[in-house]
Parts: sequence; structure tokens; C-alpha cells
Amino acid sequence: MTTETSRDWATDYDIFDPEYIKSPYPVWDELREKCPVARTERWGGSWMPTRYADLFDIARDVPHFSSRNVLVAPTGPPPAEAGAEAATAFLAGAPPITSDPPVHTWARRLLLPAFSIKAVALLEPETRELCRSLVDGFIDKGRADAAADYAQQIPARVIAGMLGIPKDMAGTFTDWVRGFLELGLTNADIRGEAARSIFGFLRECMDERKERPRDDLISYLLGAKVDGRPVPEPHVLGTCFLLLVAGIDTTWSSIGSAFWHLAQHPQDRARLVAEPDLMPTAVEELLRAYSPVTMARVVTKDLEYNGCKMSAGDKVLMSFPAANRDPEKFPDADKVILDRAENPHIAFGVGIHRCAGSNLARMEMRVSLEEWLARIPEFRLEDPDAVTWAGGQVRGPRTLPVVFP
Amino acid sequence: MIRVRVDAGKCQGHNRCFAQAPELFELDEYGYSHELNDGAVPPELEEKARLAVANCPERAITIVSDDSSPTG
Repeated sequence: MTTETSRDWATDYDIFDPEYIKSPYPVWDELREKCPVARTERWGGSWMPTRYADLFDIARDVPHFSSRNVLVAPTGPPPAEAGAEAATAFLAGAPPITSDPPVHTWARRLLLPAFSIKAVALLEPETRELCRSLVDGFIDKGRADAAADYAQQIPARVIAGMLGIPKDMAGTFTDWVRGFLELGLTNADIRGEAARSIFGFLRECMDERKERPRDDLISYLLGAKVDGRPVPEPHVLGTCFLLLVAGIDTTWSSIGSAFWHLAQHPQDRARLVAEPDLMPTAVEELLRAYSPVTMARVVTKDLEYNGCKMSAGDKVLMSFPAANRDPEKFPDADKVILDRAENPHIAFGVGIHRCAGSNLARMEMRVSLEEWLARIPEFRLEDPDAVTWAGGQVRGPRTLPVVFP
Repeated sequence: MIRVRVDAGKCQGHNRCFAQAPELFELDEYGYSHELNDGAVPPELEEKARLAVANCPERAITIVSDDSSPTG
């Protein structure tokens, strides 16, 4: 695949362009100046705002910008051979991320207590233990792939624990989620296959727990009541699908990007080692500078936004990562300032769809950085050219070889 | 004396204010924030209160002085 350097990004952007995936920052800077809501006909067509102010407005304008489809590539119903299960769950969506009010309101309240700061704190000791054992696995080798051997290994195991699923399935989960969100975004066959696997597996998990409830999130959802009635099973299935899909490669991407940064910034590494209390603030800054997630919205009726005539059904690609690099909002937006005191970033979105798992993601980032830095305070990229990135709607490093001689 | 106010209609549970100033805010089981002690901010916490306002992505927090005129 060659890069089309002559492309006009304002009218023909391509979120799957390999150069854009590697470094989208110059494109965003140009678009914010020249055409703050860009347009493309690629991948089914979409609009892409890049200024913080526009992202803030659109995300909070739920009546005009629906979340009923959050993926920008065309997503028809799953293929017939994916089975009735996939079709039913497709209709239920992946609530609450794909819901609008009023369903969104109760579907979200159902989930929030499980992801509160208090609930997440209970998962910290085992997350720490997991990170330590991962470091044990490579520390004597003097090198590691910080993405594949470390970042990638953490979120899938943590969410497996919450869902009450054996952690040795983490690798399988990761393959499924990449199939659905990464490779599947541009290939409907891969996406359909991944969806079929995930739905089939979760259906079995639900059946087991209907017989014998356990102390896990799937059992909780099956037993939960809304207005005195049990939550419909397709809804539970859709929510379990969301829990599995939403927290894995997103968090893994954030952790990986943090390591990508630290591998190249010895002074930031040294500072985090010397000032451990800075970590929560630093995590917010790394989230801002390397926000992984771009969700989509669907325009609900013909309207004009900032001079752009949008039609009902149009997709809007919510580039929260671009908003978080907007110099109008953040002084020195392209600099990572670990102790940035004023940082109202929207890496987790803004408005009613604020990422329900944000506390979990923050904990995983903080703990994974702390545990690595405690044992490996010095490391650098083994070969900058060997680093590979995934992009599209979730951006982060997928291969990140580092050495620590 | 200044006070912080959380607009419950705007708070989406980012929990940034609680992380910034647990002395000034409490969270309910869903993660929505509410000011403690009717929002009273002792002088030594004024900077933390200001940062809680600045870091809220929803712009849900304001500072009012005791004459009730919004200042932030």
C-alpha cells in the first residue's frame, strides 16, 4: 500500500492511511486551521471535526447526533450464517454505547456501579500481580515487546476476571476483539466471524450462569431488574459484548502509547520514577496526548453544522484524539507535559456517553506503568522502524520492541 | 469564603474533581459527583477547587463566593 501524499485531507481523508495511522498530528493541525469539519467519501462516507469546541458541542447534542452506530465503516446486519444469535444481538446493539435515551439512561446506570472508583480499587491488587508476573517473564532477556508482551496482556485478563471467564482465554479474546474492531473495520468477513465467535461464546456463558449464578458481572446482569422486570436477554448479550470488546484494545493502545512515549523521553521516565505521586496527573496527560479512541455518531435529521450541510444518516467521526491536541484549548498541545495542571481532555468522550470504563482504564494504565518502572526504569526503542501501529477508530502501537540492557 | 457547586444535570461521572480534591467532593454509587459541606472551600483548598473546575470536561463545576455571584 502506498501513501498518497497529494491527497486533499479536507475532502478526502482516510483514517486507514498507514502514514496517518503512524502520525495523524500534522493532518489534524492542518484541518483545524483550514477545514475544521472535514469530509470523506471513503469507507461509506463521513464527516470529521477536529477542533475541541466542535467535538464538545456535537458529543453533547444527542438529539441531532445519535450513537446508534459508533463504527464508521458500513455495518450491515451480520451475515446469515452468523446465526440467529448474532442477528438478535445486532438488533439490541451493544447497549449502552449504541443506545440513545431513554434506553441509554437505564442501561448505563446498570453498569456504572461495577466501574466506580471503589469497585475498580478492588481489582488493583490482582492487576498489580499480573503486571509483575509479565515483567518476570522478560526482565532477564534484556528486551521485550512492550505492546505484545505487556500492554496487550493486561486488559483482556482484567475484563475476563470481571466477567468470570478463565483468564487463559485472554489470547482468544484479544484475537476476537482485533478481528472485530481492528482488522474487521475494513473487512466485513473478518468482522462477521469475530462477532459470531464472541456472541456464541457469551451465549454459552449466559446459559451456564442462568443455571448457576456466580459472583461475576454476567450473573449480575442476568439477575438485574429495571422497573421490576428482568433485563431482556438480547440486551444482556449486547452489553456483555460491549464489555468484552470496548475495554481491551482501547486500554491496551493507551498503555502501549505511554510506553512508546517513555521509551523516547528519558527525562519523563526519570521524573515518574523520582516523583511517584505525579503518576495520576501524568496518566491524564498521556491519555490526552495519545487518546486512542474515535467513536462515530449518526446525524438524525438534515442540518447545517459550521457551514457543513449534513444529511440524516450521515456519519460523524468523533476525533476526540484531534480535539485533545487542539492548541486553542491546550497550550503547547503537541508537548507532553507530565504535570499539566489544567487538562480537561475528552479521551473518554464527553456528554452522556463518557466511557463507562474510564476508572478501570486509568487504574490499568497507572498500575502497568508503576510496576514496569519499578523494575525497568531505563529502556529505549530497540529499532524505531520496527514499531507498528494499528489505527482506524482505535489507535495504538501493536509492535513495540524495547531494550533495557 | 468561596463555594464549589456541581451541576447535577451536567456531571457525567468523569471523577476528575474527586481525583483532584477528595476533600471537596463525594461520589455516589454511579460515580456522579456532589459537593461536600455545602461546597464550602477552606482557604487552603482554594487552588484545588480551582483545578477541579478547570479539569472537569463537562464544565459542570462552578465557584461561587458567599455573595452568590459566580466567579468561575
